[in-house]
Amino acid sequence: MIDWTQIFSNAAQELISPVTAAYALAALGLAVHFGYTGLLNFGQAGFMALGAYGYAISVLSFGLPVWAAVLVGIGASVVFALILGIPTLRLRADYLAIVTIAAAEILRLIFTTNTFDALTGSASGLQGYKGGFADLNPIPKGTYGFGPFEYNEYDWWVRIVGWSLVVIIALLTWLIMRSPWGRVIKGIREDEDAVRALGKNVYSYKMQSLILGGVYGTLAGMIFVLPRAVVPANYQTSLTFFVYAILLLGGAATILGPIIGSMIFWVLLSFFSGFISRAVEAGWLPFMTQVQAGQLRFILVGIAIMLIVIFRPQGIFGNKKELAFVK
Amino acid sequence: MSSDVTPTSKPVKTTGLHIGAAEPGCRKVDPILVADGVTRTFGGLTAVDVDHVEIPRGAITALIGPNGAGKTTFFNLLTGFDKPDTGTWSFEGRSLAHVPAYRVARMGLIRTFQLTKALGLLTVLDNMKLGAKNQSGENLFRSVLPFLWRKQEVEIEAKAMELLARFKLDAKSTDYAASLSGGQRKLLEMARALMSDPTLVMLDEPMAGVNPALTQSLLDHILDLKSQGMTVLFVEHDMHMVRHIADWVVVMAEGRIVAEGDPHTVMEDQAVIDAYLGAHHDTDLGATDTENVEVLKELIDDEQ
Repeated sequence: MIDWTQIFSNAAQELISPVTAAYALAALGLAVHFGYTGLLNFGQAGFMALGAYGYAISVLSFGLPVWAAVLVGIGASVVFALILGIPTLRLRADYLAIVTIAAAEILRLIFTTNTFDALTGSASGLQGYKGGFADLNPIPKGTYGFGPFEYNEYDWWVRIVGWSLVVIIALLTWLIMRSPWGRVIKGIREDEDAVRALGKNVYSYKMQSLILGGVYGTLAGMIFVLPRAVVPANYQTSLTFFVYAILLLGGAATILGPIIGSMIFWVLLSFFSGFISRAVEAGWLPFMTQVQAGQLRFILVGIAIMLIVIFRPQGIFGNKKELAFVK
Repeated sequence: MSSDVTPTSKPVKTTGLHIGAAEPGCRKVDPILVADGVTRTFGGLTAVDVDHVEIPRGAITALIGPNGAGKTTFFNLLTGFDKPDTGTWSFEGRSLAHVPAYRVARMGLIRTFQLTKALGLLTVLDNMKLGAKNQSGENLFRSVLPFLWRKQEVEIEAKAMELLARFKLDAKSTDYAASLSGGQRKLLEMARALMSDPTLVMLDEPMAGVNPALTQSLLDHILDLKSQGMTVLFVEHDMHMVRHIADWVVVMAEGRIVAEGDPHTVMEDQAVIDAYLGAHHDTDLGATDTENVEVLKELIDDEQ
């Protein structure tokens, strides 16, 4: 028989998991890029990898304190954004898409290669960088919570920091997007020549937007690795596409969209994978093996994205008049 | 077409703009924009090849010419949207060569586009506010602190509403610009250009696709710009409109300036008639026809 409570409780845990927070942050970055500025950044995984490795390498190889490691990660992503943007932001949007997807892959392969094993740990990645962050934890040792949400002090600390960051970044983005800066950015999304003709330095605005959203991605990368190890295989192109799925689900040019979208995405994904793997166990799906069942959830994600784009192109929170993925 | 529109009032023409004979490249009493030796080629095609032209200040100048004469390309070159192969040009005595488009706009030379660029996904009011210059809230770091730009924002909004009222768009201020009609978008684009208090307004085919009823109001708005002390340079195909409001006409054909003068004399200029109708418009078409056939045959032979 299927253990429904287990499935639901696993799914519910995803609501506040650090992964959900990390994806929400990364999706907020893409909301700045794609939703508000119209920049097709397909390399968000690269920005996240820079956050993860920037933090881990700073702590492990250089023994930096937490705040300095965070700054190193942010600095790395600013440099990365500049390198991506300088040649491509003067060109049409599609070039940025090509360059970002390639650059993110280059980063991942650099982190994977054995050449830099001493720093990056190559394919096996990095771990053991959590000490400094755990030391900042004010929560006394023990297990806290209720129902499905029972965690030890470190797990709570990661969740509190992760979600506080999501709230801060969301408020910041909200403030920025309702300001005159946001107005220029939204103008660029539609027609950069029109904005240029009004005396705005479009190139500079696009660069600022690329850096801003990239820094969000970097912070997401840090939150992502705090409960686990840094593994280069996590930063494949599919990561970027999952973040895009979240963004489109919630609404590309919204603040709440990426956050609620991330929650829905992870709760549903956990629910599907739990349900399918247990259904296979129980013999409900005799034509399927456990390995196949593990992949089926991604097929369901694909179907879900197609349904969103067809039936609700503006996403859950989006305004169809302002921005729809399909016009 | 707009040719059957009767003007509501006879506009006051500005005269005495030029020095010497009204010929291509003639000097002006008070030029605001001067271009010298500006050329632009696309592959083997010379789109623009302007030796010398001066645009008079405080007047309405029309840039006319047949399709493909290089008017829009010349516009793009002057405003920094395209880079010429050679040439220098200056606005109010300051060189504009290699100045990016946004800086040109900040100097007070604002343009509109042939295909209207109203930002449909912003509200009409936001479109207008975007036009204002020197907004401190457009800096990323200041944008997060609303108290730094709130006061300026209020001033900009007041100015925007005043302009919208003048262009009879105030009732639409909270609508998305995408919901406006084609003519209203032209009006919005013009109103938005005025938000930055430009000294020279360059309109690329302001009348294209505008219905006759709105044409009159657009004409009045353009005349209004002049009465407020702005200089207007516009590209237009509608000769009736050119004759009605322009103080000075510059005629382009095949990238060159072929004639200049006040609207009534310039339309009788042989070079202008040639440019519009072809130099051989009164010769027998039969001969040219056979020529065309011969050329076509040769082309077909080459293909095979």
